[in-house]
Amino acid sequence: MQKLLLLGDEAIAQAALDAGMSGLYAYPGTPSTEIMEYVQASPDAAAGDVRREWSSNEKTAMEAALGMSYAGKRAMVAMKHVGLNVAADAFINSAVTGVNGGLVVVAADDPSMHSSQNEQDSRFYGRFAMVPVLEPRNQQEAYDMIFDAFDLSERYRLPVLLRITTRLAHSRAAVQRREARAQNSSSLPANPRQFVLLPAIARKQYRALTGLYDRLRTDPVLSGYNRFANGTGRKLGIITCGIAYNYLMENIEQHNDGCPVLSLAAYPVNSDAVAELVDSCDRVLVLEEGYPLIEEQLRGVLDRDVKVAGRLDGTVPRDGELNPSIVAAALGIQKNAGKEVPAVVRQRPPSFCKGCGHADVFAALAAVMKDFGPGRVFSDIGCYTLGALPPYNIVNSCVDMGASVTMAVGAADAGLFPAVAFIGDSTFTHSGMTGLLDAVIKDSPITVIISDNLTTGMTGGQKSQATGRIESICLGLGVNPDHLRVIVPLRKNHEENMAVISHELNHHGLSVILAMRECIQTASRNKKGRRGREKQD
Amino acid sequence: MKCDIILAGVGGQGILSIAATIGLAAVEEGLFLKQSEVHGMSQRGGDVQSHLRISDSEIHSDLIPHGAADLIISVEPMEALRYLPWLSSEGWVITNSVPYVNITDYPDSAELMAALEDTGNTVVLDADSIARELGSPRSGNMVILGAASSFIPMPFEILERAVQQLFNRKGREIVYLNIQALREGRKAAATR
Repeated sequence: MQKLLLLGDEAIAQAALDAGMSGLYAYPGTPSTEIMEYVQASPDAAAGDVRREWSSNEKTAMEAALGMSYAGKRAMVAMKHVGLNVAADAFINSAVTGVNGGLVVVAADDPSMHSSQNEQDSRFYGRFAMVPVLEPRNQQEAYDMIFDAFDLSERYRLPVLLRITTRLAHSRAAVQRREARAQNSSSLPANPRQFVLLPAIARKQYRALTGLYDRLRTDPVLSGYNRFANGTGRKLGIITCGIAYNYLMENIEQHNDGCPVLSLAAYPVNSDAVAELVDSCDRVLVLEEGYPLIEEQLRGVLDRDVKVAGRLDGTVPRDGELNPSIVAAALGIQKNAGKEVPAVVRQRPPSFCKGCGHADVFAALAAVMKDFGPGRVFSDIGCYTLGALPPYNIVNSCVDMGASVTMAVGAADAGLFPAVAFIGDSTFTHSGMTGLLDAVIKDSPITVIISDNLTTGMTGGQKSQATGRIESICLGLGVNPDHLRVIVPLRKNHEENMAVISHELNHHGLSVILAMRECIQTASRNKKGRRGREKQD
Repeated sequence: MKCDIILAGVGGQGILSIAATIGLAAVEEGLFLKQSEVHGMSQRGGDVQSHLRISDSEIHSDLIPHGAADLIISVEPMEALRYLPWLSSEGWVITNSVPYVNITDYPDSAELMAALEDTGNTVVLDADSIARELGSPRSGNMVILGAASSFIPMPFEILERAVQQLFNRKGREIVYLNIQALREGRKAAATR
């Protein structure tokens, strides 16, 4: 079979297509975005008529996938780690309902927060929901695991969580494909009440789930991914989780002193495997890309019987992603440290693209806000969070998708006037609309600026659900048409836009300002695309 | 054989095309490859890097350890220096000399060139001018790859074929210009 050079994300996407997935549901989020992008561009997906449109948010994605599974077909959901918070209600309950067609949930974690607000570890969600969790060590294993994930899901009638991190998601390697298999035909669940979580039914199913979760520990497929390599040494045993194994191997290939190694890639873990290692070694080092999940379980509440080293005792830094150098230090291996960064090197933080519409909105807003003082602009997740940096220094919050609107509502309730919410179009349809309804109902004295660049910009320009709909959404939610203003953020409109913003800031009720201009990145790409097509014609 | 390369630049400068070219060439040669890249927020005019590892035996880590890179290939001079902690003591720095100034405190160019000189094994060239003279101002990244090519343990023809493969769908003229850029870069590095 064909060998392909694929990002971890792409390996997962190709595997899902080859494993007979009928639908992928996702909302863009670094480092997970390329899973959907790959499927959308895939001729295999087109040939198989695989459903592959972006969803409005991770919760709607999770629910649509569960619906596809209900109807008997294989479905996958992909999101970044914090997206799983949004989808959590549906995700946790999907373990209680169980599935019909195979259902795989991919969560891409971002330790070190390269492009995120936190570095939460999705393995905890797997344990919380009591579902199998797979954590591939490399791109090939990510590909192979997807087949097993769908099979496990259909065998146990449970959703399966595949957890990756940034370095696997965004690293390319050769991947060997397998023979593709057919999609499921549709079928209703054998038990017509399976998905009806009325308390009486939910209690029964939840009890069954707890028993099932215990049985997973001895499942041969899951245990097969947790590999023990015995060694002659008894001083130190090592447990790795997921890609931490690679960093270990990078170091001990040259310095092998016979440490036994247990390399975990599937959960829940069979305790026999862990006991074998722990009982035979004086000290156990746990290397995890993420939170100290296994380390905490080993230590237990009392933390006194086992000699465990890891993130909790400082052998490994408490936060941030791992790398070969950190693992070398944890092993006590002296390494060539390389040269220092010369003093002449300056920080180069991300910044607005030249000609960005968000920047023009901030320029006008900053000019108007001079009259009101600092501390009044709540913002959100998107390129426009850069309004917190110079030269604007105007953004005072960035918490979670949609929080700009509702935090402004709460601050206004506390007497802050004016309070401004600054939100992008895709974030608005993701989670801003419901907050705006709250604001409409009590006519909160806030000004919501929706900076609409007609795309999901920060993740690379995916189709936005909001495009062409925001005005009618706002009116439909009940925004007063007199205080729904549309502006075009261009430098030549600066004075005019300032006047609109100033007028609405002084209004003691809800205002929405829709600032509309296409993202210059997508605009230039679209222009190139059009030119290319013209050339072909 | 192993070759660990840090690719450096500013978001949007095309370091991923360099990575893709070397990647295609490595696959053609039947080598193992791992290439880690940066997506998302930092692409907006921030510093970006890619770790590219090729080897004739299995590669474990997607990331290059500190002090282990054989090459830093950079399309921007200050960015080349940012990754010195990864460079091995015998490693080489191949960089464009043309600064990308999008910050207010960008260092003085004499100071910058002195710091580059201090690093020892350095090839610095004005890739932008070479690309402009070829009539292909956007091919500066291929000029830099050409300049680095003699340090990459693969036949030059394989890299040329990879450039062809990478730009094929953009038409013959683009392929030709990028191969020219690659050759001129190699020449410039050899004659300095």
